[in-house]
Amino acid sequence: MILLIKVILAIVMVLFALFPVAWIVSAALDPTSQLGSQRLIPPNAGLVNFEKLLSDPLMPFWRWIWNSVKIATITTLLSLSITTMAAYAFSRLRFAGRITMLKAIMLIQIFPNLLALVAIYLMIQQTGKIVPWLGLETHAGLILVYLGGSMGINIWLIKGFLDTIPRAIDEAAMVDGATNWQIFTQLLLPLLRPILVVVGILAFIGTYGEFVLARILLSRAENYTLMVGLALFTDNQFAQNWGQFSAGALIGALPIMIVYLLLQDQIAGGLTSGAVKE
Amino acid sequence: MSATSTFNPPKTQQTPFFSLIRWFFILTFNFGVIGFIYQALQLGYMQLAGVVTTVSILVNVILIFSWASPYRWMVIGLAFMILFTVYPLIFTISIAFTNYGDGHLLSQAQALEVIQRESYLPKTGKAYRWTAYQSPDGNYVLWLQDQDGQSYLVREGSAPVAAKAGDPGIGEADANGIPKSIEGFTRLNPILAATDAKLPQIKFGVEGQTIQIRSPSEAAELRPRYVYDSATNSLTDQESGEIFYAIDGTYTSRTSGKQIVPGYQSFVGVRNFSDFLQSQALRGPLLQILTWNIIFPLLSVVSTFSLGLAIALLFNDAAMPFKRLFRTLLLVPYTIPTVITILIWRGMMNPDLGIINQLTRSLLGFSPPWTSEPIWAQAAILLINLWLGYPYFMLISSGALRSIPADLYEAATIDGASSWQAFRTITLPLLLVAVGPLLIASYIYNFNNFGLIYLFIGGGPPIVGATTQAGHTDILISYVYKLAFASGGRGVQYGLASAISIVVFSIVATLTLIQFRFTNMWEEMSRNA
Repeated sequence: MILLIKVILAIVMVLFALFPVAWIVSAALDPTSQLGSQRLIPPNAGLVNFEKLLSDPLMPFWRWIWNSVKIATITTLLSLSITTMAAYAFSRLRFAGRITMLKAIMLIQIFPNLLALVAIYLMIQQTGKIVPWLGLETHAGLILVYLGGSMGINIWLIKGFLDTIPRAIDEAAMVDGATNWQIFTQLLLPLLRPILVVVGILAFIGTYGEFVLARILLSRAENYTLMVGLALFTDNQFAQNWGQFSAGALIGALPIMIVYLLLQDQIAGGLTSGAVKE
Repeated sequence: MSATSTFNPPKTQQTPFFSLIRWFFILTFNFGVIGFIYQALQLGYMQLAGVVTTVSILVNVILIFSWASPYRWMVIGLAFMILFTVYPLIFTISIAFTNYGDGHLLSQAQALEVIQRESYLPKTGKAYRWTAYQSPDGNYVLWLQDQDGQSYLVREGSAPVAAKAGDPGIGEADANGIPKSIEGFTRLNPILAATDAKLPQIKFGVEGQTIQIRSPSEAAELRPRYVYDSATNSLTDQESGEIFYAIDGTYTSRTSGKQIVPGYQSFVGVRNFSDFLQSQALRGPLLQILTWNIIFPLLSVVSTFSLGLAIALLFNDAAMPFKRLFRTLLLVPYTIPTVITILIWRGMMNPDLGIINQLTRSLLGFSPPWTSEPIWAQAAILLINLWLGYPYFMLISSGALRSIPADLYEAATIDGASSWQAFRTITLPLLLVAVGPLLIASYIYNFNNFGLIYLFIGGGPPIVGATTQAGHTDILISYVYKLAFASGGRGVQYGLASAISIVVFSIVATLTLIQFRFTNMWEEMSRNA
């Protein structure tokens, strides 16, 4: 009896969790594409909204996806390299200020760079006057700002993982004449793969979904990331273009959702040890 | 433990090849950086030049000296951290004490240059008699004669040239020595010229040698309006004789209170902070925003944690079927990018057309005014955040629940405790110890949850009577954004926005310290480091 109640409660919760998703799928397939006239099961379901979305000259949708994927990929790869190398040094080498620096990294990243957005904007604006390809409206400038936040909690995470790998492995290699660089690239990096996958996916998803900095630094439609594009698209005639928006939201969200659900165990493990999505 | 602390890695061995690459890198790096700093100085970006210099010295030291070789592993990350996290922090603090913003964007030298370009038409002084000529497409030229009988031709955009009737392109003189025509232009008779509305507005000649018509009989050269006195840092208006002194970045008259536009960037001390605390207009919305900023994350954390924990407890029952499937489905809200989620909910909560309002209208006969009534807007934001946030606490709580030893419950059952008592005295206290820090982290995250507030209805509905754009769901960070980037109302105010950022910084810092204390984080860190 109690179990039955529990199952019913769980089903109610699942309905709460999935209703918006079901609703957006139905909106994307509903050819009338109006917010007010939508049914949960659209009468003449079709791909009209997707066709309209991808051919709309005001909304360079493929471009936005490409921008987002490009920015997120580059940021993820660079920030992973930066963090992993730093984590190696913190775990394996001994140098002055090691603990102080570890603490400082923890403290500094607590201040979200969102709070300094005025300063970041002005700084990128000024940089752009000197090096145009790093200024406002450039993806390189945005990536640099994202990378500024990469020395963070993830260093702790990877360092923690490295600390669990016995030093005997490195020492043996050192006796054989391996350099630090060889130990790092050939011995430890392969062992780090599981944690790097989790940290990398979370970093990718975080960058892919980032809105504020991209919104401030990019202001031309062809430069937008997908999140900025979708958000600004909804400023105009949201209700009329509901179907098109839904199609876009679906394309934007689905790949991430699938990756997440496939890797949910690893990601849950990463989350409990302190990784963050944002 | 002792084995690891005495462990000493060998010095980094360097092959000649690596060494060559390193020096090549150092040279290119310095070449680029010096060019950058030079240009930054030329453009007057002193702070930017300063921070880039500091960072590049650090990079050089790390790359050149072999004792610094461990730092080479993190040199890029350190450089980025200083440039894009530490420096913006310092920059924010320094802007907060200035009046930087609309009307105060220029440096003092640049502002003076602009102001001194302003000119006026003297009521008396050297004058010319003038005759106007008009071209078919509506352009004008002037023929000028001074008291000595010397004559000039002046066009728009080029300096006056001495000319005589009969010169190439200039027609024959009439009885007064004025040419009857000028190539491409026809002469206007005095009455037509005197009644032409456009003519007196036109500035003939070029900057520094500008001629304007003063009266039907006279045209005169414009004079610079303001004369700068560097000894007193003041400007004197040549037209009215009024003196303007530099007060907080604006040249202001002490007698009339008039101000010269543009002002310039200057240090204004704690004025932004005191404005923010004392100004009636600002303080009104601010107090309201601050209150909501404290309540909103609190309610969000309590609601998401409660729901997440409830679900985790539901699935803590070994008899529960389809656990894995349920968990996967319940995780879905967490997997959708937040921006998209908020926009979906915004559509569903559209008061006229959204599905939620259609449902409540047909089921309850009532349509919640999500976007127009403050209390409903706040409720909407909390509901969206609940949907977004519960899966996180579901994951965290189910992990924590599994770590509570089962024999504690057995002991409680033997002592005759009800399951509610067991939950209250065993589960909850142990769970709170485990997830406490995450609750505080979640509070801090939501304290600055700009995306949610901004994307739902941009902080609206507006607070009636506020002089700045402030809304009932605005939190400090979204208010800062509006002050700094959304023009309108009082314009862009970087200084004030930065001052509020600092207030937010301090609140976040305090909360973080509490979190660290709460979790003994420092001790734990030092032990693990």
